[in-house]
Amino acid sequence: MIPEIGQFTLVVACMLSLLQTVYPLYGVQTGHQGAIKSAKVLAILQFVFVSAAFLILSYLFFVNDFSVLYIAMNSNSLLPWYYRLAAVWGAHEGSLLLWVFLLSIWTAAVAVMSKRLPVESVARVLAILGLLSFGFYLFILLTSNPFIRTLPLFPVDGRDLNPILQDIGLISHPPILYMGYVGLSVPFSFAIAALLEGRLDSAWAKWSRPWTMAAWIFLTIGISLGSWWAYSELGWGGWWFWDPVENASFMPWLIATALIHSLLVSEKRGVFKSWTVFLAISAFSLSLLGTFLVRSGVLVSVHAFANAPSRGLFILAFLVIVVGSSLILFALRASTVKSRGRYELVSREAMLLVNNILLAAALIVVLLGTLLPLVHKQIGLGAISIGAPFFNRIFSVLIVPFALFLGVAPLARWKRQNIQDLTKPLIHSLIIATIATLLFLFIFATHFTWLALMGVFLGMWVFSTVGYELCLRARHRHSLFTGLLKLGNSHWAMSLAHAGFAVVIIGITMVQNYSIEKDIKLSIGQSISFEHYNFTFDGIEPLKGDNYTGTTGIFTVHRKGHFVTIMHPEKRIYTVQKMPTTQAAIDPGFTRDLYIAMGQKLPDGAWTLRIYYRPFIRWIWFGPVFMAFAGILMLFDRRYRHKKVKSLVDGENASC
Amino acid sequence: MLIKHKKRIFLLMPALFFLVVCIFLFKGLFKDPHRLVSTRIGKTVPEFTLPDLFQPSKLHHSSIFKGQKMLLNVWATWCATCYAEHNFLNKMANSDIYIVGMSYKDDRTKAIRWLKDLKNPYKITLFDKDGMVGMDLGVYGAPETFFIDSKGVIRYRQVGDISPQIWREKLSEIYKKME
Amino acid sequence: MQKLKCFLSSFALLTLCFYLPLASAAIDTFQFDNKAQDQLFHHLTKILRCPKCQNQNIADSNASLAKDLRNKTYELVKKGQSKDQIVAYMVERYGNFIRYDPPMTPATIFLWIGPLLVILIGFYMLFELTRKQKNQDLALDDTEMNRLKTLLKENVGK
Repeated sequence: MIPEIGQFTLVVACMLSLLQTVYPLYGVQTGHQGAIKSAKVLAILQFVFVSAAFLILSYLFFVNDFSVLYIAMNSNSLLPWYYRLAAVWGAHEGSLLLWVFLLSIWTAAVAVMSKRLPVESVARVLAILGLLSFGFYLFILLTSNPFIRTLPLFPVDGRDLNPILQDIGLISHPPILYMGYVGLSVPFSFAIAALLEGRLDSAWAKWSRPWTMAAWIFLTIGISLGSWWAYSELGWGGWWFWDPVENASFMPWLIATALIHSLLVSEKRGVFKSWTVFLAISAFSLSLLGTFLVRSGVLVSVHAFANAPSRGLFILAFLVIVVGSSLILFALRASTVKSRGRYELVSREAMLLVNNILLAAALIVVLLGTLLPLVHKQIGLGAISIGAPFFNRIFSVLIVPFALFLGVAPLARWKRQNIQDLTKPLIHSLIIATIATLLFLFIFATHFTWLALMGVFLGMWVFSTVGYELCLRARHRHSLFTGLLKLGNSHWAMSLAHAGFAVVIIGITMVQNYSIEKDIKLSIGQSISFEHYNFTFDGIEPLKGDNYTGTTGIFTVHRKGHFVTIMHPEKRIYTVQKMPTTQAAIDPGFTRDLYIAMGQKLPDGAWTLRIYYRPFIRWIWFGPVFMAFAGILMLFDRRYRHKKVKSLVDGENASC
Repeated sequence: MLIKHKKRIFLLMPALFFLVVCIFLFKGLFKDPHRLVSTRIGKTVPEFTLPDLFQPSKLHHSSIFKGQKMLLNVWATWCATCYAEHNFLNKMANSDIYIVGMSYKDDRTKAIRWLKDLKNPYKITLFDKDGMVGMDLGVYGAPETFFIDSKGVIRYRQVGDISPQIWREKLSEIYKKME
Repeated sequence: MQKLKCFLSSFALLTLCFYLPLASAAIDTFQFDNKAQDQLFHHLTKILRCPKCQNQNIADSNASLAKDLRNKTYELVKKGQSKDQIVAYMVERYGNFIRYDPPMTPATIFLWIGPLLVILIGFYMLFELTRKQKNQDLALDDTEMNRLKTLLKENVGK
């Protein structure tokens, strides 16, 4: 009975989403006030019903109702309760339900938090969000219903959740990443509403900005959680593989990052408006494209969902309708948009445009790199693979101008920057960055490589320019200390986000250039040394978990004779699916990770082991934490919420 | 006016690009991205010497593929699809199609028992214990079936099983065309 | 009975279709003559793709074919072959699919041209925009001003 209620609430939510699209639009057309105002109510009702459906599915997982096919496939009586709850989004059907559930949260949030906006605009935005929800509801109900029963059969037990997914990563990564994906629908809807209305102005950019920022925060955290999860769980210690599914999350991020910057310019200076609208459309389109790639099986990926052609066909049709019509609408309406701001070639506007150009180029690289294998095969040139060697090479080229400009842009003024005025700060930063780079490499590098020099320098360059800029702005009117305190949240946010980016560059550089990987054979009692570290294989112990058995290895680690830690890598065999998995032991550190994975036991009793020394790998995830925190700071900037409108009317003086 | 027209065309570019991408995505839906076309098509079978499955001392040279058109079926007892396919291979052998078998990365006794139990459709059965000849042929799974003409040139590779349906719809045509 | 069959087959289908990597590490312990060979081998196993698996290189994959390919790579490295020779050996057998670093073809050239074009067009537009603006005045247009004014009023009203 309960699954049927779940299905019923889902159907009701579907109907409501359709109503949420049609009725408010009708109201906007005819001027019917009731219909216009209904949008908010309908959005909230829709949220209530889909939440009910989501809670019901969660409950069914909690009580392990194996008469529901989806639960029989993805749960088991031995599965711990927290993984049972996370298993709701452990496979295709439930993860789609999560998707619409999150979409309804964003929709409801727009409905509740847009009191300052004209009701017609909000009605349009909600109508578009409703339409998106409607498409996904149809998709779930027609092709991927999680409430389908196995009846009349009643399985005794479930097939269990895929062992690889039984990790803290499953609990946190998908909801947060999806929150980001789905959140991009809000700036998308704002953009479409503005195009429909024919009012692309600074106010539109101002409304979109916090929503874009919020989605971007989730996306940033979601992606880095995914990277961290792959590193800690999958047993081969990689943190990014350039797999199509990873690319599918990276592409919206690139564009969302560009969008944040160009919304800033559009809001403050009233320029780049059609470009900004285009980015807003693209960001969400790419997140839809990602959904298609992940769920249709057109590309070979490590972590794809189970797929059926009907599903792929449905999403493709949805994609064509939503993205195709948006892009056509854009072409028709954006041609009438005029930018009136004036700025010169050396100005903050221009530099932010350079940032956008480089991000767009990066996007094209990832997009082509992801889709070209498909095209290549279809036009008869044969199957190819595009992977890490290609992407790493081209990204290490693109990052250079990107980081250099990133350092300069915050120092530049809006409208016009005198080049001479930039010379002093830049030369100072250059000197500081060079010294810092050499010091850093002297302390942490084992040998010299040009790539490492370049990477670390770029990071240090960003650090030093960010620091320099902060001092400069702080001392503009006050002493350094009071000046720093007086700087607004959004200024700190910018500096912090840029510093976070520098942290990531340094992390990637160090990991790529100075990692040490050893595949070795070790018997109990033996030890191996490298990089001042000594690993001793003390022994093994049997392992017994809730739903798995296995072996734990015990390793004692010393550095230069001092005890560091004891590590316990595991080799598990999950009882239900009989799948052996490797649970690597990781000793995290600020400047290095130690990583041990157990292979197999050899006939002579020794074990094959993989031991990694990964310098600065944590920085790859610290950076995004900085960036996300910066985003949150920006959202809570009071100045940004109230005063900025005034500065817009003044037409200038909107320096950050 | 002309400028505006130009601008509109320029702004339509993303939509066009998107449509082209969608066409490829649509086509991609109906193709298995895991299927690879053999690199050996149009080339003669690479040179090798392999023992016979039944008589380890008897060696076969790759010249056995010359003289008449034939199929080379790569199979293994660990492969479930091979089991599904076996019956039809027997039928083809009965209708005078010359099939050479290659036992791929398998256990000799298991393979011999398999052929005794399920009947042997192969005129010659090669034994590729470590899969190295398989690697030379670009085999990446079992079953795979190579269509080889009388000059010893590979004309087609079927990845996955040969079912009566695939044979009727596609493969028999390829087989007939070979000389 | 029909239903049971249907149920079972859908079951089987789903299990077959579930693509997730085998999460047990593939570890061999090869011995090399020198450090260069060791590095070459590890580099190669990272840039060669396992044709049988999902998207995994032969270093990470535990599939039997990946193992064969590792062994072969090891054998060729020990023989003193260069990176290009070994990649060519693999491509001859499995096609370009096996290399993560795609060769230049009439289509893959766009991987490089595409971003270059974006950058060139972008900078061209930037130059054009700044050039044009020199002879343009910068007042906000009336509708926009009015709109912002009403917005402000609404704000104050609240």
